[in-house]
Amino acid sequence: MNVLVFAEHIDGSFKKSTFEAISYAKAITGTSSVTAVVIGEIDSSKLSELGKYGASKVLHNSQALYNTFDGAAYASIIASAAQKEQARVLVISNSYCGKNIAPRVAVKLKAGIVSGVVSLPKIDGTSFIVRKPVFSGKGLADVAIETDIKILAITPNSYQLNESPTDAAIENIQSDAQPACQSMEIKRVTGKIPLTEAEIVVSGGRGWKGPENWGMIEELAQILGGATACSKPVSDMHWRGHEEHVGQTGITIKPNLYIATGISGAIQHLAGVSSSKVIVVINKDPEAPFFKAADYGIVGDVFEVMPQIIDAAKKFKASSN
Amino acid sequence: MKILVCISNVPDTTTKVTFTEGNTQFNNTGVQYIINPYDELSLTKALELTEAQGGTVTVINVGLVDTEANIRKALAIGAHDAIRINATPVDAYYVAEQIAEVAKNGGYDIVMTGRESIDYNSGQVCGLLAEMLGWPGINVITKIDIEDGKAICERDIDGGKEKVSCPLPCVISAQKELTEPRIPNMRGIMAARSKPLQVLEPTSNEPYTKISVYEMPPAKSSCKMIDAANAGQLIDLLHNEAKVI
Ligand SMILES: Cc1cc2nc3c(=O)[nH]c(=O)nc-3n(C[C@H](O)[C@H](O)[C@H](O)COP(=O)(O)OP(=O)(O)OC[C@H]3O[C@@H](n4cnc5c(N)ncnc54)[C@H](O)[C@@H]3O)c2cc1C
Ligand SMILES: Nc1ncnc2c1ncn2[C@@H]1O[C@H](COP(=O)(O)O)[C@@H](O)[C@H]1O
Repeated sequence: MNVLVFAEHIDGSFKKSTFEAISYAKAITGTSSVTAVVIGEIDSSKLSELGKYGASKVLHNSQALYNTFDGAAYASIIASAAQKEQARVLVISNSYCGKNIAPRVAVKLKAGIVSGVVSLPKIDGTSFIVRKPVFSGKGLADVAIETDIKILAITPNSYQLNESPTDAAIENIQSDAQPACQSMEIKRVTGKIPLTEAEIVVSGGRGWKGPENWGMIEELAQILGGATACSKPVSDMHWRGHEEHVGQTGITIKPNLYIATGISGAIQHLAGVSSSKVIVVINKDPEAPFFKAADYGIVGDVFEVMPQIIDAAKKFKASSN
Repeated sequence: MKILVCISNVPDTTTKVTFTEGNTQFNNTGVQYIINPYDELSLTKALELTEAQGGTVTVINVGLVDTEANIRKALAIGAHDAIRINATPVDAYYVAEQIAEVAKNGGYDIVMTGRESIDYNSGQVCGLLAEMLGWPGINVITKIDIEDGKAICERDIDGGKEKVSCPLPCVISAQKELTEPRIPNMRGIMAARSKPLQVLEPTSNEPYTKISVYEMPPAKSSCKMIDAANAGQLIDLLHNEAKVI
Protein backbone atom coordinates (compact mmCIF):
# COMPACT_ATOMS: atom_id res chain seq x y z
CA MET A 1 0.00 0.00 0.00
CA ASN A 2 1.62 3.24 -1.15
CA VAL A 3 1.51 5.88 1.56
CA LEU A 4 2.07 9.59 1.05
CA VAL A 5 3.04 11.93 3.88
CA PHE A 6 2.84 15.70 3.89
CA ALA A 7 6.15 16.66 5.51
CA GLU A 8 5.53 20.04 7.09
CA HIS A 9 8.47 22.26 7.96
CA ILE A 10 8.77 25.60 9.64
CA ASP A 11 11.25 27.99 8.06
CA GLY A 12 13.32 25.14 6.68
CA SER A 13 13.28 22.80 9.69
CA PHE A 14 11.12 19.73 10.01
CA LYS A 15 9.04 19.42 13.11
CA LYS A 16 9.09 16.36 15.32
CA SER A 17 5.48 15.69 14.32
CA THR A 18 6.64 15.37 10.72
CA PHE A 19 9.03 12.58 11.64
CA GLU A 20 6.22 10.97 13.65
CA ALA A 21 4.02 11.05 10.56
CA ILE A 22 6.74 9.37 8.50
CA SER A 23 7.34 6.73 11.17
CA TYR A 24 3.59 6.12 11.26
CA ALA A 25 3.40 5.81 7.49
CA LYS A 26 6.34 3.41 7.46
CA ALA A 27 4.52 1.19 9.95
CA ILE A 28 1.48 0.78 7.66
CA THR A 29 3.16 0.64 4.31
CA GLY A 30 4.45 -2.92 4.45
CA THR A 31 6.78 -3.60 1.56
CA SER A 32 5.61 -0.62 -0.49
CA SER A 33 7.12 2.79 -0.27
CA VAL A 34 6.62 5.92 1.76
CA THR A 35 6.74 9.13 -0.24
CA ALA A 36 7.03 12.51 1.46
CA VAL A 37 5.84 15.76 -0.10
CA VAL A 38 7.70 18.90 0.89
CA ILE A 39 6.51 22.36 -0.10
CA GLY A 40 8.60 25.52 0.01
CA GLU A 41 12.31 26.23 -0.03
CA ILE A 42 14.43 24.13 2.29
CA ASP A 43 18.04 22.94 2.38
CA SER A 44 18.57 19.68 0.51
CA SER A 45 20.56 18.30 3.46
CA LYS A 46 17.37 18.67 5.50
CA LEU A 47 15.39 16.68 2.94
CA SER A 48 17.52 13.61 3.47
CA GLU A 49 16.54 13.64 7.18
CA LEU A 50 13.22 12.21 6.03
CA GLY A 51 14.97 9.05 4.85
CA LYS A 52 16.05 8.32 8.38
CA TYR A 53 12.47 7.45 9.33
CA GLY A 54 11.72 5.47 6.20
CA ALA A 55 10.77 7.85 3.38
CA SER A 56 12.22 6.34 0.21
CA LYS A 57 11.15 9.20 -2.01
CA VAL A 58 10.82 12.92 -1.42
CA LEU A 59 8.78 15.04 -3.83
CA HIS A 60 9.94 18.60 -3.34
CA ASN A 61 8.23 21.68 -4.66
CA SER A 62 10.62 24.58 -4.14
CA GLN A 63 8.76 27.29 -6.06
CA ALA A 64 9.23 30.44 -4.00
CA LEU A 65 5.59 31.37 -4.34
CA TYR A 66 4.72 28.53 -1.95
CA ASN A 67 7.10 29.62 0.79
CA THR A 68 4.13 31.03 2.67
CA PHE A 69 1.15 28.86 3.40
CA ASP A 70 -1.97 28.74 1.27
CA GLY A 71 -4.38 25.90 1.99
CA ALA A 72 -5.84 25.66 -1.51
CA ALA A 73 -2.49 25.66 -3.30
CA TYR A 74 -0.87 23.24 -0.84
CA ALA A 75 -3.81 20.85 -1.11
CA SER A 76 -3.58 20.92 -4.88
CA ILE A 77 0.13 20.06 -4.79
CA ILE A 78 -0.44 17.22 -2.33
CA ALA A 79 -3.41 15.79 -4.21
CA SER A 80 -1.47 15.75 -7.51
CA ALA A 81 1.43 14.02 -5.78
CA ALA A 82 -0.95 11.43 -4.34
CA GLN A 83 -2.35 10.72 -7.80
CA LYS A 84 1.10 10.48 -9.32
CA GLU A 85 2.22 8.01 -6.65
CA GLN A 86 -1.10 6.16 -6.62
CA ALA A 87 -1.16 6.57 -2.88
CA ARG A 88 -3.93 4.73 -1.08
CA VAL A 89 -3.32 6.36 2.28
CA LEU A 90 -2.27 9.94 3.04
CA VAL A 91 -0.84 10.84 6.42
CA ILE A 92 -0.95 14.47 7.51
CA SER A 93 -0.05 15.77 10.94
CA ASN A 94 -3.09 17.42 12.56
CA SER A 95 -1.32 20.75 13.06
CA TYR A 96 -3.06 24.06 12.34
CA CYS A 97 -1.88 23.87 8.72
CA GLY A 98 -2.69 20.17 8.52
CA LYS A 99 -6.24 20.89 9.67
CA ASN A 100 -6.61 23.34 6.81
CA ILE A 101 -5.13 21.12 4.11
CA ALA A 102 -6.33 17.60 4.93
CA PRO A 103 -10.06 18.24 4.34
CA ARG A 104 -9.29 20.01 1.06
CA VAL A 105 -7.22 17.07 -0.16
CA ALA A 106 -10.08 14.78 0.88
CA VAL A 107 -12.49 16.64 -1.40
CA LYS A 108 -10.04 16.59 -4.30
CA LEU A 109 -9.49 12.83 -4.01
CA LYS A 110 -13.04 11.93 -2.89
CA ALA A 111 -11.40 10.35 0.11
CA GLY A 112 -12.78 9.56 3.55
CA ILE A 113 -10.94 11.49 6.23
CA VAL A 114 -10.48 11.04 9.97
CA SER A 115 -8.86 13.80 12.05
CA GLY A 116 -7.21 13.40 15.41
CA VAL A 117 -6.12 9.80 14.79
CA VAL A 118 -4.19 8.26 17.70
CA SER A 119 -3.65 4.66 16.55
CA LEU A 120 -2.31 2.71 13.63
CA PRO A 121 -5.12 1.48 11.37
CA LYS A 122 -6.56 -1.98 11.90
CA ILE A 123 -6.67 -3.40 8.40
CA ASP A 124 -8.64 -6.55 7.74
CA GLY A 125 -9.55 -7.36 4.15
CA THR A 126 -11.28 -4.20 2.95
CA SER A 127 -12.02 -2.93 6.43
CA PHE A 128 -9.82 -0.04 7.57
CA ILE A 129 -10.38 1.29 11.08
CA VAL A 130 -8.60 3.99 13.05
CA ARG A 131 -9.11 5.23 16.57
CA LYS A 132 -9.64 8.84 17.65
CA PRO A 133 -10.83 10.60 20.80
CA VAL A 134 -14.36 12.03 20.69
CA PHE A 135 -16.20 14.41 23.02
CA SER A 136 -12.83 16.08 23.58
CA GLY A 137 -11.33 12.98 25.12
CA LYS A 138 -14.35 11.86 27.16
CA GLY A 139 -14.61 8.87 24.83
CA LEU A 140 -12.79 7.03 22.06
CA ALA A 141 -14.23 5.98 18.73
CA ASP A 142 -13.14 3.41 16.18
CA VAL A 143 -13.92 4.88 12.79
CA ALA A 144 -14.14 2.84 9.61
CA ILE A 145 -13.10 4.59 6.40
CA GLU A 146 -15.03 3.18 3.48
CA THR A 147 -13.43 4.90 0.51
CA ASP A 148 -10.67 3.65 -1.70
CA ILE A 149 -8.31 6.46 -0.71
CA LYS A 150 -8.00 7.30 2.97
CA ILE A 151 -6.74 10.42 4.71
CA LEU A 152 -5.48 10.27 8.26
CA ALA A 153 -4.79 13.49 10.15
CA ILE A 154 -2.78 12.19 13.09
CA THR A 155 -2.45 13.81 16.51
CA PRO A 156 1.08 14.98 17.33
CA ASN A 157 2.80 12.99 20.08
CA SER A 158 0.61 9.92 19.66
CA TYR A 159 3.01 7.83 17.63
CA GLN A 160 6.64 7.30 18.58
CA LEU A 161 9.57 8.01 16.30
CA ASN A 162 11.06 4.90 14.69
CA GLU A 163 14.23 5.03 12.72
CA SER A 164 14.25 2.99 9.54
CA PRO A 165 17.13 4.42 7.51
CA THR A 166 16.50 4.56 3.78
CA ASP A 167 18.11 6.57 1.03
CA ALA A 168 15.50 9.12 0.11
CA ALA A 169 15.46 9.84 -3.61
CA ILE A 170 14.72 13.50 -4.10
CA GLU A 171 12.58 14.55 -7.02
CA ASN A 172 11.50 18.07 -7.89
CA ILE A 173 7.88 18.75 -8.66
CA GLN A 174 6.14 21.83 -10.06
CA SER A 175 2.69 23.24 -9.75
CA ASP A 176 0.68 25.99 -11.38
CA ALA A 177 -1.76 26.41 -8.49
CA GLN A 178 -2.19 30.09 -7.68
CA PRO A 179 -2.28 30.94 -3.97
CA ALA A 180 -5.43 32.91 -3.12
CA CYS A 181 -4.41 34.15 0.31
CA GLN A 182 -1.51 36.37 1.10
CA SER A 183 0.54 36.14 4.26
CA MET A 184 1.07 39.64 5.66
CA GLU A 185 2.93 38.95 8.87
CA ILE A 186 4.07 36.00 10.95
CA LYS A 187 4.65 36.35 14.67
CA ARG A 188 6.15 33.27 16.22
CA VAL A 189 7.27 33.02 19.79
CA THR A 190 10.79 31.74 19.48
CA GLY A 191 12.64 29.59 21.96
CA LYS A 192 9.41 28.10 23.28
CA ILE A 193 8.00 24.66 22.57
CA PRO A 194 4.50 24.83 21.04
CA LEU A 195 1.97 23.43 23.49
CA THR A 196 0.50 21.00 20.97
CA GLU A 197 3.86 19.34 20.48
CA ALA A 198 5.22 19.40 24.00
CA GLU A 199 5.99 16.10 25.69
CA ILE A 200 5.92 17.75 29.10
CA VAL A 201 3.37 20.39 30.09
CA VAL A 202 3.25 22.36 33.34
CA SER A 203 -0.14 23.96 33.85
CA GLY A 204 -1.60 26.41 36.32
CA GLY A 205 -5.11 27.30 37.46
CA ARG A 206 -6.88 29.91 39.50
CA GLY A 207 -5.15 28.57 42.62
CA TRP A 208 -2.14 30.70 41.65
CA LYS A 209 -4.07 33.90 42.50
CA GLY A 210 -2.62 36.11 39.77
CA PRO A 211 -0.39 36.34 36.69
CA GLU A 212 2.52 37.67 38.75
CA ASN A 213 2.96 34.20 40.25
CA TRP A 214 3.54 32.37 36.96
CA GLY A 215 7.31 32.51 37.30
CA MET A 216 7.43 29.15 39.08
CA ILE A 217 5.33 27.45 36.39
CA GLU A 218 7.58 28.83 33.68
CA GLU A 219 10.68 27.88 35.57
CA LEU A 220 9.64 24.27 36.07
CA ALA A 221 8.58 23.99 32.42
CA GLN A 222 11.90 25.39 31.34
CA ILE A 223 13.95 23.04 33.50
CA LEU A 224 12.02 20.00 32.26
CA GLY A 225 12.07 21.19 28.64
CA GLY A 226 8.29 21.50 28.51
CA ALA A 227 5.57 23.99 27.65
CA THR A 228 3.18 25.93 29.88
CA ALA A 229 -0.62 25.73 29.86
CA CYS A 230 -3.52 27.02 31.93
CA SER A 231 -7.19 26.53 32.79
CA LYS A 232 -9.94 28.50 31.06
CA PRO A 233 -10.59 31.10 33.78
CA VAL A 234 -6.89 31.92 33.79
CA SER A 235 -6.95 32.83 30.11
CA ASP A 236 -10.41 34.44 30.38
CA MET A 237 -8.98 36.79 33.03
CA HIS A 238 -6.02 37.46 30.73
CA TRP A 239 -3.51 36.17 33.25
CA ARG A 240 -2.19 34.10 30.35
CA GLY A 241 -2.74 34.12 26.57
CA HIS A 242 -5.62 32.08 25.16
CA GLU A 243 -3.17 29.87 23.26
CA GLU A 244 -2.34 28.27 26.63
CA HIS A 245 -5.94 27.39 27.46
CA VAL A 246 -6.44 23.62 27.50
CA GLY A 247 -9.69 21.71 27.84
CA GLN A 248 -12.88 20.99 26.02
CA THR A 249 -13.14 24.53 24.65
CA GLY A 250 -9.40 25.03 24.48
CA ILE A 251 -6.60 22.92 23.12
CA THR A 252 -6.64 19.15 23.56
CA ILE A 253 -3.22 17.88 24.48
CA LYS A 254 -1.65 14.51 24.92
CA PRO A 255 1.78 14.97 26.48
CA ASN A 256 3.77 12.25 28.24
CA LEU A 257 3.58 14.27 31.44
CA TYR A 258 0.98 16.82 32.54
CA ILE A 259 1.59 18.64 35.81
CA ALA A 260 -1.57 20.42 36.99
CA THR A 261 -1.07 22.95 39.75
CA GLY A 262 -3.85 24.89 41.47
CA ILE A 263 -6.44 23.48 39.05
CA SER A 264 -9.61 21.89 40.40
CA GLY A 265 -10.11 19.37 37.58
CA ALA A 266 -13.53 20.38 36.22
CA ILE A 267 -14.96 17.98 33.65
CA GLN A 268 -14.31 20.49 30.84
CA HIS A 269 -10.68 20.82 31.84
CA LEU A 270 -10.16 17.06 32.16
CA ALA A 271 -11.65 16.54 28.71
CA GLY A 272 -8.68 18.24 27.10
CA VAL A 273 -5.89 16.68 29.13
CA SER A 274 -7.04 13.25 30.31
CA SER A 275 -5.26 11.35 27.57
CA SER A 276 -1.90 12.57 28.88
CA LYS A 277 0.21 9.52 29.72
CA VAL A 278 1.10 10.58 33.27
CA ILE A 279 -0.78 13.21 35.27
CA VAL A 280 0.52 14.92 38.39
CA VAL A 281 -1.88 17.01 40.47
CA ILE A 282 -0.92 19.53 43.11
CA ASN A 283 -3.85 21.02 44.98
CA LYS A 284 -4.42 22.12 48.55
CA ASP A 285 -7.89 20.59 48.60
CA PRO A 286 -7.74 16.79 49.09
CA GLU A 287 -11.27 16.59 47.62
CA ALA A 288 -10.32 18.28 44.34
CA PRO A 289 -11.81 16.15 41.53
CA PHE A 290 -8.52 16.22 39.63
CA PHE A 291 -6.99 13.65 42.01
CA LYS A 292 -9.36 11.02 40.53
CA ALA A 293 -7.66 11.48 37.16
CA ALA A 294 -4.12 11.67 38.53
CA ASP A 295 -1.24 9.21 38.67
CA TYR A 296 0.65 11.19 41.30
CA GLY A 297 -0.91 13.61 43.73
CA ILE A 298 0.35 16.09 46.28
CA VAL A 299 -2.08 17.70 48.71
CA GLY A 300 -0.51 21.02 49.55
CA ASP A 301 -0.12 24.71 48.88
CA VAL A 302 1.43 25.35 45.46
CA PHE A 303 3.48 28.19 46.88
CA GLU A 304 5.18 25.75 49.25
CA VAL A 305 5.24 22.63 47.07
CA MET A 306 6.47 24.07 43.78
CA PRO A 307 9.76 25.46 45.10
CA GLN A 308 10.66 22.00 46.41
CA ILE A 309 9.87 20.42 43.06
CA ILE A 310 11.81 23.07 41.15
CA ASP A 311 14.74 22.48 43.45
CA ALA A 312 14.63 18.72 42.96
CA ALA A 313 14.24 19.14 39.18
CA LYS A 314 17.31 21.38 39.05
CA LYS A 315 19.37 18.85 40.96
CA PHE A 316 18.10 16.05 38.75
CA LYS A 317 19.03 17.95 35.58
CA ALA A 318 22.44 18.87 36.95
CA SER A 319 23.19 15.25 37.80
CA SER A 320 21.92 13.82 34.53
CA ASN A 321 24.00 16.17 32.39
CA MET B 1 -22.53 41.70 3.24
CA LYS B 2 -24.23 38.28 3.41
CA ILE B 3 -22.86 35.82 5.94
CA LEU B 4 -23.77 32.17 6.42
CA VAL B 5 -22.99 30.82 9.89
CA CYS B 6 -22.85 27.05 10.40
CA ILE B 7 -24.00 25.94 13.81
CA SER B 8 -23.73 22.48 15.22
CA ASN B 9 -25.77 21.12 18.06
CA VAL B 10 -23.57 19.51 20.71
CA PRO B 11 -23.91 18.02 24.21
CA ASP B 12 -23.45 20.56 26.99
CA THR B 13 -19.85 20.62 28.20
CA THR B 14 -20.81 19.21 31.62
CA THR B 15 -22.17 16.02 29.99
CA LYS B 16 -20.87 12.76 31.40
CA VAL B 17 -20.33 10.79 28.23
CA THR B 18 -21.60 7.19 28.10
CA PHE B 19 -22.47 4.81 25.27
CA THR B 20 -25.30 2.32 24.71
CA GLU B 21 -26.32 -0.54 22.41
CA GLY B 22 -23.11 -2.46 22.79
CA ASN B 23 -21.10 0.77 22.69
CA THR B 24 -22.29 1.66 19.21
CA GLN B 25 -24.38 4.71 20.14
CA PHE B 26 -23.79 7.83 22.19
CA ASN B 27 -26.22 7.73 25.10
CA ASN B 28 -28.18 10.97 24.82
CA THR B 29 -30.60 10.23 27.65
CA GLY B 30 -30.93 13.37 29.76
CA VAL B 31 -28.28 15.20 27.72
CA GLN B 32 -28.77 18.94 27.24
CA TYR B 33 -27.74 20.26 23.86
CA ILE B 34 -26.11 23.63 23.25
CA ILE B 35 -24.85 25.59 20.25
CA ASN B 36 -21.23 24.55 19.74
CA PRO B 37 -19.25 27.20 21.71
CA TYR B 38 -17.08 28.13 18.70
CA ASP B 39 -20.20 28.66 16.61
CA GLU B 40 -21.50 31.17 19.16
CA LEU B 41 -18.31 33.10 18.51
CA SER B 42 -18.66 33.05 14.74
CA LEU B 43 -22.33 34.02 15.02
CA THR B 44 -21.50 36.98 17.25
CA LYS B 45 -18.67 38.04 14.95
CA ALA B 46 -20.96 37.81 11.92
CA LEU B 47 -23.46 40.08 13.69
CA GLU B 48 -20.72 42.57 14.56
CA LEU B 49 -19.56 42.67 10.93
CA THR B 50 -23.05 43.16 9.49
CA GLU B 51 -23.96 45.74 12.13
CA ALA B 52 -20.89 47.73 11.11
CA GLN B 53 -21.35 47.47 7.35
CA GLY B 54 -24.94 46.41 6.75
CA GLY B 55 -26.02 42.97 5.64
CA THR B 56 -27.66 39.81 6.85
CA VAL B 57 -26.71 36.75 8.83
CA THR B 58 -28.23 33.36 8.05
CA VAL B 59 -27.60 30.39 10.32
CA ILE B 60 -27.58 26.86 8.98
CA ASN B 61 -27.69 23.53 10.74
CA VAL B 62 -27.69 19.98 9.47
CA GLY B 63 -29.83 18.13 11.95
CA LEU B 64 -33.20 16.64 12.79
CA VAL B 65 -36.10 18.64 14.17
CA ASP B 66 -34.83 18.51 17.76
CA THR B 67 -32.05 20.98 16.88
CA GLU B 68 -34.62 23.73 16.30
CA ALA B 69 -34.46 24.92 19.91
CA ASN B 70 -30.84 25.92 19.39
CA ILE B 71 -31.56 27.33 15.93
CA ARG B 72 -34.18 29.58 17.58
CA LYS B 73 -31.58 30.55 20.15
CA ALA B 74 -29.27 31.65 17.32
CA LEU B 75 -32.14 33.72 15.90
CA ALA B 76 -32.69 35.20 19.37
CA ILE B 77 -29.03 36.18 19.55
CA GLY B 78 -29.61 38.12 16.35
CA ALA B 79 -29.39 36.02 13.16
CA HIS B 80 -31.90 37.20 10.56
CA ASP B 81 -33.07 33.85 9.28
CA ALA B 82 -32.24 30.16 9.46
CA ILE B 83 -32.01 27.02 7.38
CA ARG B 84 -32.20 23.49 8.71
CA ILE B 85 -31.21 20.61 6.49
CA ASN B 86 -33.32 17.76 7.68
CA ALA B 87 -30.73 15.00 8.10
CA THR B 88 -28.65 13.23 10.72
CA PRO B 89 -25.15 14.73 10.57
CA VAL B 90 -23.30 11.46 10.04
CA ASP B 91 -19.84 12.84 9.47
CA ALA B 92 -18.15 16.14 8.64
CA TYR B 93 -17.90 15.35 4.92
CA TYR B 94 -21.60 14.63 4.70
CA VAL B 95 -22.43 17.82 6.64
CA ALA B 96 -20.19 19.92 4.41
CA GLU B 97 -21.81 18.51 1.26
CA GLN B 98 -25.24 19.60 2.47
CA ILE B 99 -24.05 23.08 3.44
CA ALA B 100 -22.08 23.55 0.20
CA GLU B 101 -25.26 22.84 -1.76
CA VAL B 102 -26.94 25.79 -0.03
CA ALA B 103 -23.89 28.06 -0.03
CA LYS B 104 -22.93 27.74 -3.68
CA ASN B 105 -25.88 29.68 -5.05
CA GLY B 106 -26.68 31.77 -2.00
CA GLY B 107 -24.61 34.84 -2.83
CA TYR B 108 -22.76 34.75 0.49
CA ASP B 109 -19.60 36.78 1.04
CA ILE B 110 -18.43 34.73 4.00
CA VAL B 111 -19.29 31.30 5.32
CA MET B 112 -18.30 30.88 8.95
CA THR B 113 -17.82 27.71 10.95
CA GLY B 114 -16.33 26.92 14.34
CA ARG B 115 -12.78 25.69 14.75
CA GLU B 116 -14.21 22.29 15.60
CA SER B 117 -17.35 20.85 17.06
CA ILE B 118 -16.79 19.71 20.63
CA ASP B 119 -18.57 16.39 20.09
CA TYR B 120 -16.68 14.67 17.28
CA ASN B 121 -13.73 17.09 17.21
CA SER B 122 -13.16 16.82 13.48
CA GLY B 123 -12.28 20.40 12.67
CA GLN B 124 -12.93 19.58 9.01
CA VAL B 125 -16.04 21.41 7.89
CA CYS B 126 -14.23 24.71 7.17
CA GLY B 127 -11.67 23.13 4.85
CA LEU B 128 -14.18 20.77 3.25
CA LEU B 129 -16.57 23.60 2.47
CA ALA B 130 -13.84 25.84 1.10
CA GLU B 131 -12.71 23.15 -1.31
CA MET B 132 -16.23 22.12 -2.31
CA LEU B 133 -17.03 25.75 -3.10
CA GLY B 134 -13.63 26.44 -4.67
CA TRP B 135 -13.12 29.36 -2.27
CA PRO B 136 -10.16 30.37 -0.15
CA GLY B 137 -10.45 29.33 3.47
CA ILE B 138 -8.70 30.29 6.67
CA ASN B 139 -9.08 28.17 9.74
CA VAL B 140 -8.69 28.89 13.45
CA ILE B 141 -8.94 32.67 13.22
CA THR B 142 -8.78 35.00 16.21
CA LYS B 143 -9.46 38.22 14.28
CA ILE B 144 -11.25 39.34 11.12
CA ASP B 145 -11.70 42.79 9.54
CA ILE B 146 -13.11 43.57 6.13
CA GLU B 147 -10.97 46.02 4.20
CA ASP B 148 -11.36 46.86 0.50
CA GLY B 149 -13.44 43.77 -0.14
CA LYS B 150 -10.91 41.49 1.50
CA ALA B 151 -10.96 39.64 4.79
CA ILE B 152 -7.90 40.51 6.85
CA CYS B 153 -7.61 37.69 9.36
CA GLU B 154 -5.30 36.63 12.11
CA ARG B 155 -4.99 32.88 12.45
CA ASP B 156 -3.30 30.61 14.96
CA ILE B 157 -0.24 28.77 13.69
CA ASP B 158 1.97 26.40 15.65
CA GLY B 159 3.71 28.56 18.21
CA GLY B 160 2.32 31.91 17.04
CA LYS B 161 0.02 33.86 14.80
CA GLU B 162 -0.15 34.82 11.15
CA LYS B 163 -1.91 37.79 9.59
CA VAL B 164 -3.44 36.82 6.26
CA SER B 165 -5.29 38.70 3.57
CA CYS B 166 -7.99 36.67 1.88
CA PRO B 167 -10.27 37.62 -1.03
CA LEU B 168 -14.04 37.22 -0.67
CA PRO B 169 -16.02 35.05 -0.83
CA CYS B 170 -14.24 32.88 1.69
CA VAL B 171 -14.77 30.33 4.44
CA ILE B 172 -13.33 30.92 7.89
CA SER B 173 -13.39 29.01 11.18
CA ALA B 174 -13.62 30.72 14.55
CA GLN B 175 -11.17 30.25 17.40
CA LYS B 176 -11.55 31.52 20.95
CA GLU B 177 -10.60 35.22 21.21
CA LEU B 178 -12.45 36.11 18.00
CA THR B 179 -15.02 37.86 20.18
CA GLU B 180 -17.13 37.35 23.31
CA PRO B 181 -20.36 35.39 22.77
CA ARG B 182 -23.64 37.32 23.01
CA ILE B 183 -26.46 36.20 25.22
CA PRO B 184 -30.01 36.52 23.87
CA ASN B 185 -32.19 39.15 25.54
CA MET B 186 -35.96 39.11 26.00
CA ARG B 187 -36.62 41.18 22.91
CA GLY B 188 -34.43 38.86 20.83
CA ILE B 189 -36.24 35.80 22.14
CA MET B 190 -39.63 37.32 21.23
CA ALA B 191 -38.41 38.35 17.77
CA ALA B 192 -36.92 34.92 17.11
CA ARG B 193 -40.34 33.27 17.14
CA SER B 194 -41.40 34.96 13.95
CA LYS B 195 -38.09 34.87 12.07
CA PRO B 196 -38.02 32.57 9.03
CA LEU B 197 -36.70 29.02 9.51
CA GLN B 198 -36.59 27.14 6.27
CA VAL B 199 -36.35 23.34 6.26
CA LEU B 200 -34.65 21.68 3.29
CA GLU B 201 -34.24 18.01 2.49
CA PRO B 202 -30.68 16.69 2.08
CA THR B 203 -29.14 15.80 -1.23
CA SER B 204 -28.57 12.17 -0.37
CA ASN B 205 -24.95 11.16 -0.20
CA GLU B 206 -23.42 8.13 1.39
CA PRO B 207 -21.03 8.96 4.21
CA TYR B 208 -17.40 8.02 3.68
CA THR B 209 -16.71 7.14 7.30
CA LYS B 210 -18.67 5.31 9.95
CA ILE B 211 -18.11 4.90 13.67
CA SER B 212 -18.00 1.17 14.33
CA VAL B 213 -17.65 1.20 18.10
CA TYR B 214 -17.01 3.52 21.03
CA GLU B 215 -14.92 2.89 24.08
CA MET B 216 -14.46 4.71 27.37
CA PRO B 217 -10.94 6.04 27.92
CA PRO B 218 -8.94 3.68 30.14
CA ALA B 219 -9.56 4.46 33.80
CA LYS B 220 -6.59 5.64 35.83
CA SER B 221 -5.29 3.21 38.37
CA SER B 222 -5.25 4.72 41.82
CA CYS B 223 -3.36 7.92 42.42
CA LYS B 224 -0.07 7.64 44.31
CA MET B 225 0.04 10.32 46.99
CA ILE B 226 3.26 12.09 47.89
CA ASP B 227 3.71 13.92 51.18
CA ALA B 228 3.80 17.70 50.65
CA ALA B 229 6.72 17.98 53.05
CA ASN B 230 8.70 15.72 50.76
CA ALA B 231 7.45 17.00 47.40
CA GLY B 232 10.85 16.84 45.73
CA GLN B 233 10.47 13.06 45.70
CA LEU B 234 8.11 13.56 42.75
CA ILE B 235 11.02 14.17 40.38
CA ASP B 236 12.62 10.89 41.42
CA LEU B 237 9.35 8.99 40.82
CA LEU B 238 8.81 10.64 37.45
CA HIS B 239 12.28 9.61 36.41
CA ASN B 240 12.66 6.13 37.87
CA GLU B 241 9.10 4.85 38.09
CA ALA B 242 6.98 6.66 35.47
CA LYS B 243 10.01 7.20 33.20
CA VAL B 244 8.65 10.38 31.69
CA ILE B 245 11.55 12.69 32.48
C1 LIG C 1 -19.06 25.93 28.30
C2 LIG C 1 -17.87 25.77 29.23
C3 LIG C 1 -16.65 25.38 28.69
C4 LIG C 1 -15.53 25.25 29.52
N1 LIG C 1 -14.34 24.86 28.95
C5 LIG C 1 -13.24 24.76 29.76
C6 LIG C 1 -11.98 24.38 29.21
O1 LIG C 1 -11.85 24.12 28.01
N2 LIG C 1 -10.91 24.32 30.03
C7 LIG C 1 -11.00 24.62 31.37
O2 LIG C 1 -9.97 24.57 32.05
N3 LIG C 1 -12.18 24.97 31.90
C8 LIG C 1 -13.30 25.06 31.14
N4 LIG C 1 -14.47 25.46 31.70
C9 LIG C 1 -14.47 25.95 33.10
C10 LIG C 1 -14.51 24.83 34.11
O3 LIG C 1 -15.85 24.47 34.35
C11 LIG C 1 -13.88 25.32 35.44
O4 LIG C 1 -14.57 26.45 35.87
C12 LIG C 1 -12.41 25.65 35.33
O5 LIG C 1 -11.69 24.59 34.71
C13 LIG C 1 -11.83 25.93 36.71
O6 LIG C 1 -10.54 26.43 36.59
P1 LIG C 1 -9.51 26.30 37.80
O7 LIG C 1 -9.39 24.89 38.18
O8 LIG C 1 -8.29 27.03 37.40
O9 LIG C 1 -10.20 27.19 38.93
P2 LIG C 1 -11.00 26.76 40.23
O10 LIG C 1 -12.13 25.88 39.92
O11 LIG C 1 -11.27 28.02 40.95
O12 LIG C 1 -9.99 25.89 41.04
C14 LIG C 1 -8.85 26.36 41.65
C15 LIG C 1 -8.23 25.19 42.39
O13 LIG C 1 -7.02 25.60 42.98
C16 LIG C 1 -6.93 25.10 44.29
N5 LIG C 1 -6.10 26.04 45.05
C17 LIG C 1 -6.40 27.30 45.44
N6 LIG C 1 -5.35 27.85 46.07
C18 LIG C 1 -4.37 26.92 46.09
C19 LIG C 1 -3.05 26.90 46.60
N7 LIG C 1 -2.52 27.95 47.21
N8 LIG C 1 -2.34 25.77 46.45
C20 LIG C 1 -2.87 24.69 45.82
N9 LIG C 1 -4.09 24.67 45.30
C21 LIG C 1 -4.84 25.77 45.43
C22 LIG C 1 -8.34 24.99 44.79
O14 LIG C 1 -8.44 23.97 45.78
C23 LIG C 1 -9.10 24.64 43.51
O15 LIG C 1 -9.22 23.23 43.35
C24 LIG C 1 -15.62 25.55 30.90
C25 LIG C 1 -16.86 25.91 31.43
C26 LIG C 1 -17.98 26.01 30.63
C27 LIG C 1 -19.29 26.39 31.25
N1 LIG D 1 -24.48 19.39 11.80
C1 LIG D 1 -23.92 20.58 11.51
N2 LIG D 1 -24.68 21.59 11.03
C2 LIG D 1 -24.14 22.79 10.74
N3 LIG D 1 -22.85 23.09 10.93
C3 LIG D 1 -22.05 22.12 11.40
C4 LIG D 1 -22.53 20.83 11.72
N4 LIG D 1 -21.49 20.09 12.17
C5 LIG D 1 -20.42 20.90 12.14
N5 LIG D 1 -20.74 22.12 11.68
C6 LIG D 1 -19.86 23.31 11.54
O1 LIG D 1 -18.53 22.90 11.35
C7 LIG D 1 -17.71 23.30 12.43
C8 LIG D 1 -16.64 22.29 12.65
O2 LIG D 1 -17.22 21.05 12.85
P1 LIG D 1 -16.40 19.69 12.71
O3 LIG D 1 -15.62 19.78 11.45
O4 LIG D 1 -17.47 18.64 12.66
O5 LIG D 1 -15.55 19.61 13.93
C9 LIG D 1 -18.66 23.53 13.57
O6 LIG D 1 -18.12 24.45 14.50
C10 LIG D 1 -19.86 24.10 12.83
O7 LIG D 1 -19.65 25.46 12.51
